[in-house]
Amino acid sequence: MAVKMTKVPVREQDPKVRATNFKEVCLGYNEQEAVEESTRCLHCKKPKCVQGCPVSIDIPGFIAQIKEGNFAGAYNVILESSSLPAVCGRVCPQESQCEGVCVVGIKGEPVSIGKMERFVADWARENNVVPEAPKTKNGKKVAVIGSGPSGLTCAGDLAKMGYEVKIFEALHEPGGVLVYGIPEFRLPKQTVVAHEVENVKKLGVEIETNVIIGKSITIDELLNEEGFDAVFIGSGAGLPKFMGIPGEQANGVFSANEYLTRNNLMKGFRDDYDTPIHRGQKVAVVGGGNVAMDAARTALRLGAKTYIVYRRSEAELPARVEEVHHAKEEGIEFHLLRNPKEILVDENGWVKGIRVIKMELGEPDESGRRRPIEVPGSEYDIDVDTVIMALGTSPNPLIASTTKGLDTQKWGGIIAKEENGQTSKQAVYAGGDAVTGAATVILAMGAGRAAAKGIDEYLRNK
Amino acid sequence: MYKIVKAQQLSEKIFLMVVEAKWVVRTCLPGQFLIAKLDEYGERIPFTICDYDREAGTVTIVFQVVGASTYKMSKLKAGDSFMDITGPLGRPSDLLEKDIEELKNMKILFVGGGVGVAPVYPQVKWMHEHGVDVDVIIGAKNKDLIMYEEEMREVAGNLYVCTDDGSYGFHGMVTAVIDDLVQNQGKKYDRCVAIGPVIMMKFACLTTKKYGIPTVVSMNPIMVDGTGMCGACRLVVDGKVKFACVDGPEFDGHKVDFDLAMERQRTYKTEEGRAMLKATEGDTHRGGCGNCGGDK
Ligand SMILES: Cc1cc2nc3c(=O)[nH]c(=O)nc-3n(C[C@H](O)[C@H](O)[C@H](O)COP(=O)(O)OP(=O)(O)OC[C@H]3O[C@@H](n4cnc5c(N)ncnc54)[C@H](O)[C@@H]3O)c2cc1C
Ligand SMILES: Cc1cc2nc3c(=O)[nH]c(=O)nc-3n(C[C@H](O)[C@H](O)[C@H](O)COP(=O)(O)OP(=O)(O)OC[C@H]3O[C@@H](n4cnc5c(N)ncnc54)[C@H](O)[C@@H]3O)c2cc1C
Ligand code: SF4
Ligand code: SF4
Ligand code: FES
Repeated sequence: MAVKMTKVPVREQDPKVRATNFKEVCLGYNEQEAVEESTRCLHCKKPKCVQGCPVSIDIPGFIAQIKEGNFAGAYNVILESSSLPAVCGRVCPQESQCEGVCVVGIKGEPVSIGKMERFVADWARENNVVPEAPKTKNGKKVAVIGSGPSGLTCAGDLAKMGYEVKIFEALHEPGGVLVYGIPEFRLPKQTVVAHEVENVKKLGVEIETNVIIGKSITIDELLNEEGFDAVFIGSGAGLPKFMGIPGEQANGVFSANEYLTRNNLMKGFRDDYDTPIHRGQKVAVVGGGNVAMDAARTALRLGAKTYIVYRRSEAELPARVEEVHHAKEEGIEFHLLRNPKEILVDENGWVKGIRVIKMELGEPDESGRRRPIEVPGSEYDIDVDTVIMALGTSPNPLIASTTKGLDTQKWGGIIAKEENGQTSKQAVYAGGDAVTGAATVILAMGAGRAAAKGIDEYLRNK
Repeated sequence: MYKIVKAQQLSEKIFLMVVEAKWVVRTCLPGQFLIAKLDEYGERIPFTICDYDREAGTVTIVFQVVGASTYKMSKLKAGDSFMDITGPLGRPSDLLEKDIEELKNMKILFVGGGVGVAPVYPQVKWMHEHGVDVDVIIGAKNKDLIMYEEEMREVAGNLYVCTDDGSYGFHGMVTAVIDDLVQNQGKKYDRCVAIGPVIMMKFACLTTKKYGIPTVVSMNPIMVDGTGMCGACRLVVDGKVKFACVDGPEFDGHKVDFDLAMERQRTYKTEEGRAMLKATEGDTHRGGCGNCGGDK
C-alpha cells in the first residue's frame, strides 16, 4: 500500500481569530485523525526517528498501538521513556529531532510523530489514566531544586523507585519555564502543565513553593540538617542577557523573561489579575529563538504591530519551524539580517524607535552558522514604542555561589556528568538548563531522568 | 498560606503587619526584603523586612498605600492570610559583615524618610544588640506621619526627628538635619545609610557627598520575581547595569543613577492607575475619565 506523502493536516485556530486571543493555536488530532496518521509509519526495522529523539521513545511501538486503537497502550509505551509527553508533543523541535530523520520525510512529509504523541497524552488525561504511587517507600529522602521539566522528571522517577521526594521551588507556582516562559497559546497552563504537576504529586512527591535555595536554606543545610540523602539541582537558566547598547535602560525596554512572566505566570493579559503589562502599539522583539517568537506573538495578541529583528537569515532562525510559520501567518513582520545599534529615547525617557543596521553573512563561526557582519552605513530606524530583548539566558549564580565544592563552567553552568548528573560535590546531582545553558524541554527531562538513575545508584551503594 | 498575626494602621496611609513566614525568618538579616502576593490575582510585591522574630517565626513589614495592591493589603486584618510570601531576598547590609570592634569605632549615621524609617529600624536594632551606638535621623512631611519614634529611641544612640512643615521636631528635611549635625554640631561620620523615597535618597546623597561621607542607599525599583530572572529591577550604578534584587537592594548611593531610577519607576503608571481605579470603584469603573487612559 502506498504511503500518503503528506501529513494528516492538524486543525488550528484561524490566524485572524487567534491573533486576538490567548487560546491554544493548534487544536491537535482527534482519534480518527491520529489513527489515519499512524498508518503512514513504515515501522522501520532500524527506526531513524528513535535515534533522533533525545530520550529514545519507541516511536514505531507507540504508533503501532495507535493504529490498533489502543491509546492506553500507546501511552504506556511513551511513558517508558518520557514523563511529559503532553508537553513535548507540543514544544519539541520535532523537525530537527524525531521527524527530521524519519525516512518518510525523504520523499514526502515525515510522519507527524509530535502530533500523535500529543494526542496520546491528551487522550490519557481526558480518560483519567493516572500514574500509580509506589506501595513501599525505601526510607530515603531526596531534595529537588526547581520544578521545571528536569526537576519534575527527576522527582517523579525517584518517587516511583520508592524515594521520599520534596521539590523546592522559588516561584509561587510549579512548572519552571513551562509556566512562566512558554505562553498559554502554545502550552495551556491549566489543562496541560498543572495536570503534569498533579501527576508528579500523585506519585507522592511533595512540592514546596516560595523557597529559594541559597537564600531560605542552602544545599549543605538540606544535606546536613534537614536529613536529605541527596540533592538534584534543576534550577534552569533564568538570567536574561541585554545587549549593552545605548538606550537599553529606557522605559519600554523589557527582557523577554519579564514580558513573558508578567503575561504567563502573572496573567497580565487578563483583566481580573492585578499585574500590569505594557501594551505597546508598535513592538520590536530582538532575537530569533522560541523565546523571541513567544514574546512577539504575545505582543501581537495584546494588540501591537510587531516586528522581529534578527541578525542572521531565515535559515538560521533557532525557533521551531512551526512557531515561525505561525508567527508569519499571524502577521508578524520579520526584519532579518538586521542588528540593533541603539534604542532611541524620547524626552520623557520612553522608547521612540530602534536603530538597526543591515548585516551580511560571512564565514561560518564556532557554531557552524555563518557569522553576520555589519554593512557599513546601512542604518535605518524603525518606529516602535516598545523593545523586547530575547537574546538568551544563562544560569543564575545563586546556587553555585552558596554551595561549597560545586564546580561550574566559566559561563556559570554547573559541571555535571551527562550519563548520571553527578557533580563535583558528593550527593549533589544536576541537570537541565542549569548544566547545559538554555536548551530544550526534552533534553532537560532526559537529564532529570538520567540523574534519578544516578542518584538511585549512589544511594543504593552508599 | 501565610497568616497575618497583627495588622495596625500607623498613619493615614501607612500600615504595619506581622506575618508568619517560616522560610523567610529562618535566615533573614537586616537589609533584606521579601515578596508578598495577596491572592491568586495579586501582584508579587516587594517589602523590606522591618523586624523579625525567629522564635515566633514572624516577620514585620511596614507599607505605604500607593497603588492597587497596597490598597488591598491595607484592608486585611489579623487572622487573614497572604497566599504567598518568598524570601529573604537581596543581600544583607554590608555593615553586618564587618568586625564588631571595627563597627564600634565607626561613626555611623542612619537616615530614614517617610516609610523608609521602618526599614532603617532593624539595622539600628541590630547595631544596638551588638553594642554599637549610632546616630539616627527620622523625618516625615508632618507630625502625623512620624512613625517608629519610640521603638527607634530605644535602640538609637542619638535620635533626631524632623518634619518638613515644622509641626514636630526640627523644622526641615532630613538633609537639613545632616547639614546641621555636621556644620553646627561638629559631628563627623564614616558612614551614612539612607533609606526613603528615591528623591530623598538622591538629595541625602548629594548632601553627604559634600562632606565626603560614604553613603549606602536601599533601592526599590519595580520588581517581578526578585531572583534575578526578569531584569525589571535593573539600575545603573557606577555606569554598570545592576539587578537590585540580587546585587542589592543596597548600593553605594554616590554611584547610583537616581534620575534614571525615578524614570524607570514610572513604567507602569497608566496600567497601574487603571488597576487602582478598578479596586476602588469596582464594577462601577468604566474608564474614560482621562486619568487611567481609558479601558481600551
Ligand atoms: C519563552 C521560552 C520558550 C521556550 N520554548 C521552547 C520550545 O518550544 N521547545 C523546547 O523544547 N524548549 C523551549 N524552551 C526551553 C525550555 O523551556 C527549557 O530548556 C526547559 O524548561 C529547561 O528546564 P529546566 O528544568 O532545566 O529548567 P526551568 O524550566 O528553567 O525550571 C527551573 C526552575 O527552578 C526554579 N529555581 C531556580 N533557582 C532556584 C532556587 N535557587 N531555588 C528554588 N528554585 C529555583 C525556577 O524558578 C524554575 O521554576 C523555551 C524557553 C523559554 C524561556
Ligand atoms: C526591595 C524593595 C523594598 C521595598 N520595601 C518597601 C517597604 O518596606 N514599604 C513600602 O511601603 N514599600 C516598599 N517598597 C515599594 C513597594 O514594593 C511598592 O510601593 C509597591 O510595589 C506598590 O504596589 P502597588 O500595587 O500598591 O502600587 P502600584 O500600583 O504598583 O504603584 C503605584 C505607583 O507607585 C509607583 N511604583 C511602583 N512600584 C514602585 C516602587 N517599587 N517604589 C516606588 N514607587 C513605585 C508606580 O509607578 C505607580 O505610580 C519596596 C520595593 C522594593 C523593590
Ligand atoms: S519527545 Fe520530542 S523528539 Fe522525542 S518523539 Fe516526542 S516529539 Fe519527538
Ligand atoms: S522513521 Fe518514520 S517511518 Fe520509520 S519508524 Fe520512525 S516514524 Fe515510522
Ligand atoms: S526582580 Fe526580576 S530580576 Fe530583579
